This record gives sequence, structure tokens and C-alpha cells, in this order.
Amino acid sequence: MKIRAKTLVCTALFLLTANAAWCAELPPDSIYQLHITLTNQDGKSIPLDEHRGKPQLVSMFYTSCTMVCPMITDTLKATRGAIGNPASDRVNVLVVSFDPDRDDASSLHRYAETHKLDLSHWTLARAEPGDVRRLAALLGLQYRKLPDGDFNHSSELVLLDTEGRIVARSTTIGRTDPAFLAAVRKAAGAP
Amino acid sequence: MQVRCFNALLMALLVAPFTTMAADYVPLPGGRFMSVLPADGVAAPAQIAPFRLRREPVTNTEFLAFVKLHPQWRRDQVPVVFADSRYVSHWASANMLGPQALPRQPVTRISWFAAEAYCESEGARLPTWYEWEYAAAASASQPDARADPAWREHVLAWYGRPSTTPLPPIGGPPNFYGVSDINDLVWEWVEDFNALLVSNDSRVQGDPDVLKFCGAGAISLQQRENYATLMRIAMLSALKATDTTNNMGFRCAKSK
Repeated sequence: MKIRAKTLVCTALFLLTANAAWCAELPPDSIYQLHITLTNQDGKSIPLDEHRGKPQLVSMFYTSCTMVCPMITDTLKATRGAIGNPASDRVNVLVVSFDPDRDDASSLHRYAETHKLDLSHWTLARAEPGDVRRLAALLGLQYRKLPDGDFNHSSELVLLDTEGRIVARSTTIGRTDPAFLAAVRKAAGAP
Repeated sequence: MQVRCFNALLMALLVAPFTTMAADYVPLPGGRFMSVLPADGVAAPAQIAPFRLRREPVTNTEFLAFVKLHPQWRRDQVPVVFADSRYVSHWASANMLGPQALPRQPVTRISWFAAEAYCESEGARLPTWYEWEYAAAASASQPDARADPAWREHVLAWYGRPSTTPLPPIGGPPNFYGVSDINDLVWEWVEDFNALLVSNDSRVQGDPDVLKFCGAGAISLQQRENYATLMRIAMLSALKATDTTNNMGFRCAKSK
């Protein structure tokens, strides 16, 4: 009988700790049901559910987008800042590029440096074009490549719970959204 | 008895290739195409690379075969994040068509994710909107028949058909490119269905809600009479990827 390694580990974990959240079945409404691989700003391959177990703020952008996208990252920063420590330590940020043709690990890394992103909590990533389309569809984000290589795209912040379910979203860019902040605080277990 | 067996075997050998025939794709040359949706949001024509398109939409039989090979796409197994609760709900069961889903009818009540997965299984993908619009612009005799009132009438007539009439099977006459049943059978998914009216230009600051769907202003004046095509865009733009719709199916495309 073939026993998957994961099954062995999970059984052991469960017996020892009775806390095997990682092993639990993904809920059917989790976006982590999409089993794609991303490449992060360090060139490392990571699965989409890399940070399952922590709430995540998710959005999409591209590095050569000079107006709205920096505003998206600023709003994400402000959102984490507004919930304060220690809660913000419990929330990760994932921003995936619409533009995998031009955004590779080094351009993502440069963007992270330029915008002083705390890489202990932030992930900038690229994925294959088909996977980008699927992820955007799951997140409810739209984008369209223009002939000059720029993109028309919607801009939203999406909050995922620890299991990857969308629990809140906000189209407010440029300032924090009180209702969205409340949802992020709640997800992070902040008072 | 031996003769009957031999005849049966012969029949099986003759029929077998036809029942397991792979889906038929036809080549389209692409090129410059004045879409209803300008490529730059202003006036630019679309540039379409040569591609291949399925002659026919995917049928119930074909989709059933896919689901049997890929049970994660059975309606009783697919996660709700990939298809809503009406996904192939007209089938008798998760792995059986039944009387409401005839074998050669185009498969409907399909989410975008499911359509994508099927196309991938065929070594293909969904067509882009431009590819679809370009292929659908052809009549039997002209590659671009959009200025032809007879073509417009024919396309518009489909919208007037009451949705209570049973869905016809595939097998309509081919257009100039050899593509069948593209304007008069079912609505069809495209790869970029949700991006058609997005006009939130990354270079523009402002209220995202106001800017979000400003694309309607960018539809080229010349094509405004092409009501049928505009209806398609409006329909596609209103959908989410998990949505399944009674009269919506799909066909696949391949890059050259």
C-alpha cells in the first residue's frame, strides 16, 4: 500500500499535537484550490498556498505601472500599518504581476527595494500567463494588455483568511478603508 | 455464426475511427482586424496572430468524456470556487447525460474555469475575444461580412430565438473559414471575457469606481450598428468566471 508522505506526517502531527491545520482539507471556496506555482522576488518557486495558515492581503500589479500600482502598494502598507503591531505581524501581503513577460524576479526585487517593502511579510511574484488569468478570475480582478505593453486593469485589495477564502475586498486606493481595516483587524485577531 | 461475428468485427473496425476522432481545428490567418473594441481603447485595430479554431463548440459527449478522465471536474466534486451550483445541472447525474442533454448538443452550464480545463486537456486554450470576433465576422462566402445586412440579420435573429426552444445540435454549415455554429447556437466563453470593458488606465488617477468600466465610451463609432456583437461583449462582461449559463458553451483555440 502506497502511503503519501503527507499522510504520514499529518497522522503523526495529529497524534502528537491534535493541531494539524495544514493537513485539513481545503475548503471548497478557498482560492488555494488553484494549484499554481509562483516565482517570488528572490527567484524562488512557491505554491500559491505558501502562506496558508496566515491571513493575506492580495492584489495584482506590474512593475512598469507608474501611477495606480505604487498607490496600491502604498495602500497595502498603510493598511498593515494601521492595524499596528503585533497584529500586522500576523498578516502577509502577496502581490502578483499582470505582466509576466516583462516582470521577472529581478524587476520584482528592484520594485521591492524602491518601495522599501518588508520582505519578511511581503511577496511580489510572477506566474505563467494562463495562471495569471486564472488567479485574476478567482480574485475578481480584470486586466487587459494594451498594444504598447501597458495594462488596463481594476485595482482592488483582497483579504484572504487563513484558509484562502476571500473575506473582504476594497476598491479604495490612496487611503485606508475603515470597513476593510476592520475586517483585516478581525482576521489578524486584533482587538 | 462465424460470418455474423466477422461482420460485427468489420463494422466495429470501420466505425471505431469515427467515434474516437480528435476534435477538428481549422486554421485562420488573423492579421489586422477592426474590432468593435479598439485595441488601445481609442481607435487601434487588433493584431491577431495566425491561429486555429475548433470547427464546432464542445458537445455534451465530449465534455462527458473529459469529466470521466478528470473526475475533479465532476459536478459533485468540483470546488465551488471553480463552478457554481448549476454547473452541468441539466445532466442526469455527475457522469451521465440523460434526456435533457443530448450527445451532440453543445455543452452548456459550463463555467469559465471548466471550459479552460477542457481546452487544456485538448492541448488547446480558450480563444481571445479578438480571435472569436474575427472568426465570427465571416459568412459562408466572405471573411468579413459585418457590413452585410443579411449577415447582421442572421446574427440578430439568434438573439430573438426564445430560450425555451430546445438547443439544436452542432452540425451547421461552415463559414468562410470552415467554422460552424459560431453565431447562432450558444454564447461562447473567451479567455479574456472579463477584460473587455476595463478602462481603468494605469496612468490615470481618480475614483476607481468611476473609471472601472468606462470602456463603453471607447467603442468605435463605426461599429455601433453592430448591435449583435455589442450584445456579446455586454453579456461576457457581466459574467464571473464561476458563472454557468443555460445557453453558454465554448470552443477552443490553438496558437499556430
